[in-house]
Amino acid sequence: MRRVPVWLQGFGLAVILTMLATGGGAADEVITLGAAVSDTGKYALNGANTRNGYDLAVDAINAKGGIDIGGKRYKLAIRYYDDESTPARGTELAERLIKQDGVKFMLGPYSSGLTKAILPVVEKYRVPMVEGNGAARELFTKGYHYIFAVLSTSDQYLSSAIELAAENAQKLGKAPSSITVALAMENDAFAQDVRAGVLDDINRHGMKVVIDDQLPLELNDMSVTLAKVKALKPDLLVISGHEKGAMTAVTQIKALKVYVPMLALTHCDSAQIAEKLAEASEYAFCAGQWHQSLSYRDEVFGSAADFANRFKAKFGYEPAYQVAQSAAAVLIYADALVRAQSLEPEKVRDAIAAADLPTFFGRIKFDETGKNVAKPMVLTQVRHGKYVVVAPKEWAADTPVIPRPRAIAVDGALSPL
Amino acid sequence: MVSNLLILYEAPPLALQLLLDGILIGAVFALAAYGMALVWGVTNIINIAQGEFVMLGGFIAVAFADHGLPPLFAVPVAAAALYGLGWVLFQTLIVHVIGRDMFNSVLATFGIAIVLQQLMGRVFGGADRIVESGLGTWSFFDGLVTVVQVKVLVFVYCLLLGVALALFLGRSRQGQAIRATAQEPRAASALGIKTRQIYAMTYALNAAICGAAGALAANAYTIHAYSGLSYTIRSFMIVVVAGVGNLAGVASAAMGLGVAESFAGFILGTQYQIAFVFGLLVAVLVFRNWRLGRQRRTLQ
Amino acid sequence: MPHAKIFGSSRSLLVAGLIGLGLLAPLVAPGHQSQLTELLLFIVFALAWDLVGGQMGYNSFGNVLFVGVGMYASAIVQVGLFYDVGRYTEAKGGGTQFLFDVPQFLTGLGFGILVAAIMAGLVALLLGSLVLRMRGHYFAICTLGLGIAAGQVAAGIPWIGGGSGMLTPNPPAALGDVGLLLYYLALLLALATFATFTWLLSTRFGLALNAIRDDEDKADAMGLATHGIKVTAWVIAACFLGAAGAIYGNLVRFIDPTQTAFAGATIGVWMILMALLGGSGTLLGPVVGAVVFQLFKELFWTYLLGWQRVALGVLIVAVAVFFPDGIVGFARTRFGRGQRSEEDTAAALKEKAP
Repeated sequence: MRRVPVWLQGFGLAVILTMLATGGGAADEVITLGAAVSDTGKYALNGANTRNGYDLAVDAINAKGGIDIGGKRYKLAIRYYDDESTPARGTELAERLIKQDGVKFMLGPYSSGLTKAILPVVEKYRVPMVEGNGAARELFTKGYHYIFAVLSTSDQYLSSAIELAAENAQKLGKAPSSITVALAMENDAFAQDVRAGVLDDINRHGMKVVIDDQLPLELNDMSVTLAKVKALKPDLLVISGHEKGAMTAVTQIKALKVYVPMLALTHCDSAQIAEKLAEASEYAFCAGQWHQSLSYRDEVFGSAADFANRFKAKFGYEPAYQVAQSAAAVLIYADALVRAQSLEPEKVRDAIAAADLPTFFGRIKFDETGKNVAKPMVLTQVRHGKYVVVAPKEWAADTPVIPRPRAIAVDGALSPL
Repeated sequence: MVSNLLILYEAPPLALQLLLDGILIGAVFALAAYGMALVWGVTNIINIAQGEFVMLGGFIAVAFADHGLPPLFAVPVAAAALYGLGWVLFQTLIVHVIGRDMFNSVLATFGIAIVLQQLMGRVFGGADRIVESGLGTWSFFDGLVTVVQVKVLVFVYCLLLGVALALFLGRSRQGQAIRATAQEPRAASALGIKTRQIYAMTYALNAAICGAAGALAANAYTIHAYSGLSYTIRSFMIVVVAGVGNLAGVASAAMGLGVAESFAGFILGTQYQIAFVFGLLVAVLVFRNWRLGRQRRTLQ
Repeated sequence: MPHAKIFGSSRSLLVAGLIGLGLLAPLVAPGHQSQLTELLLFIVFALAWDLVGGQMGYNSFGNVLFVGVGMYASAIVQVGLFYDVGRYTEAKGGGTQFLFDVPQFLTGLGFGILVAAIMAGLVALLLGSLVLRMRGHYFAICTLGLGIAAGQVAAGIPWIGGGSGMLTPNPPAALGDVGLLLYYLALLLALATFATFTWLLSTRFGLALNAIRDDEDKADAMGLATHGIKVTAWVIAACFLGAAGAIYGNLVRFIDPTQTAFAGATIGVWMILMALLGGSGTLLGPVVGAVVFQLFKELFWTYLLGWQRVALGVLIVAVAVFFPDGIVGFARTRFGRGQRSEEDTAAALKEKAP
């Protein structure tokens, strides 16, 4: 008979303690935004970028007096959990934020994969989520109503690099279709959509794909892909695999003396390749959502450069674009809450959908699927350890250098130029 | 897959490249595997935290480089630090699972591995790290085959370390005590060898070997707080193939694995490289079992 | 015979109380419904692991393989019955909308769970004949390899979404709270698992499992068809794991090949930890272990944010090193109830032999 109470107690305890463990709601006069961001795991680095961006924006808005709704002043606060860079955990935490912590407004996690995991939950509870770090197009074709992305989608990341290659070929009197391309893309939602986008551009120009490798998620050696590059000598090498991909690529391209006339990457600035691997990354093209030299500005942060300085003063490092897009997501909430004059998720959602906001990150205006269509991507080229904007033309600080000078790319000597 | 084979056919020197890359990384695998074999042979424990020891050694080298110290100085420091860590882990935890069901020690060291990788992630961050050696590259066959000098350096150091280890185990008094304990702990104990001390020393020595291997590897390969497990699995596989306590066997199995991985990555595509490693593990174990079964039948 | 004592007189009471509690729990604590569903699935995971691990002595690190197979099998059936799976999982998003109405969703779910169980069982049958010939740590690490390789292979198949993972169908709004449905499905499965295993372990088959654990060579010498018995147990465990995986996939809605489906480092280890924590080799142990583990997990994740994994690792080490017999084992030694010893098993086996 002793067994029965064990069962009952166990079960009862589970129910009661889980409730205790997860209790607690928002205090008065504070609007709590919820976010499950990677503190640990493979996205820890950009998880920190995301979190720092959110925090900087919340501080800036609160310092300006917070948000005025119906004559009452509210401060913003964020409730964080650690999703450990795993989708399963992300889903669970989103559910906990909404259902147990009573969060009515969500901020996105880091990466397309985790955003994809959280979306069904947000949709289920009809809570808006403004995100700055989920770029895969897949997120916007499932008919979801409550997701809003301030950033440009993955397929646009490297479009301008392909365009530059085509223009350059024409300048040299060659057909763009004579260009050969090698792709090395990580096997995840984001990079695979970058690949799909690049493939569309490549096909439009009739270029030829000679290598199409998928990089494993636990990548630490690219030498086999680079061996193929050595044998097939493509004109353009495109690599996307978060920070690990960018770092491994530039290190090994230099170490193995692989020469490609044009190298295009994603995640350069968060991997800090120009800063940490200045020689190896020289003349690499980098896709970015934002750059601090752009001429955008808003009332909260001032110009893009002001944002960068403010961030650097607080956190001690140069902001990667992941920081900026995360901060912009918070600005969207601040704007929409004021316009909605309500804390009803549904009304705030409608206000977000109607947003047309100039920010330090660029103009933000959502289409009916929730993605931002008002802001272009930028393409930078690494020059002497700095990212120099080369496209689009209206912000270009310099013209792109194609091909990578062989003496520098292979022999590693930085020329005085 | 066929197109990849065609590339090899058209540019045969690439095969040499893949072979070299495999052999060079094999030396790092060999050190970690030899340490695992040592612990396995002496204490009958499979140390799942092996890969985390390697990563920890690597992070010590990275920390050295970050502070402007020559990264090769990190090798003895990493070895010493890991020796200490190994000793403490043994005396507080491992000693309790010695002699118990093997599964218990596997789980315990698995737990240690999780704690170590999480702590590394918190202390050193989740980023991939590598030490920039500043050394150059040799090119052959019109650049088709390139040999990174630092990889060769790491390879040579690993070999030297392996030889030093073999000499220590074969010649020194303590090495003999370790071997004696491995062969017959009760007899060794009766002859006045303090087996618990020997166990502790062996475990700590293994940690030191891994630490040194990691500190060397970080000069040529990226390290990451959460990628230790693949080193553990490779070590295990190598020991299963080569047997416990056979340095030459371990070294050749390790390099064989390195080469196999390198070719598999090239031919099957890099996304299947890890699946290949683990698939190979299963294949090796199934084969071993089949061979044992045949031997048993022959005996009967 | 301790089992007879537990399930003799008080059996109906226990079952009634349990079912009552299970039925009421989500209504009492609606905010914790998904954690409770997860708990029920964890109970199935731990029980199924322990059938092969604790009862038969084959400690597998790769049971998560069957969870993953079940998860994918179910998702493929749920989508594939009505749409082209390849287009549904396309990186560009496939263009069109993929909507499921109520009968479609329910048919899919029902067939999905069924197919998941069958597929997992088939995979177990196929692999079992290979790997169950191994012993001890060779078996443990071989299964670890299988679990991880499976995740990597799944990540390489674009048809099921590759490394970007796969979403299970979006439940139609007309269906109301799907979470509640999943909860009761999980409850049903947990009860079915417990009942099946209780019955199995009371038969001669159960004794044979214990005999294999205690001394496989002797069991073999006594004329037991050990290999067949081992494969059968492994297949049974796999069927339950597969069905649980199907429900789990629908609970989390997003299937990532290496992190959700073949999540060796989380679910794969957790199920072992739960069984050991509660007391492996007992029927009650895995259940108690799962409850306690889920509590620990939720508490760690709430109060030790950022350090939760470290705490979990420490828990694993502590259990493996200091409490290898688990809660139930500890209670038994404490209250003087001996575990079924080797001699008991042999004697009982002889007694029951035809």
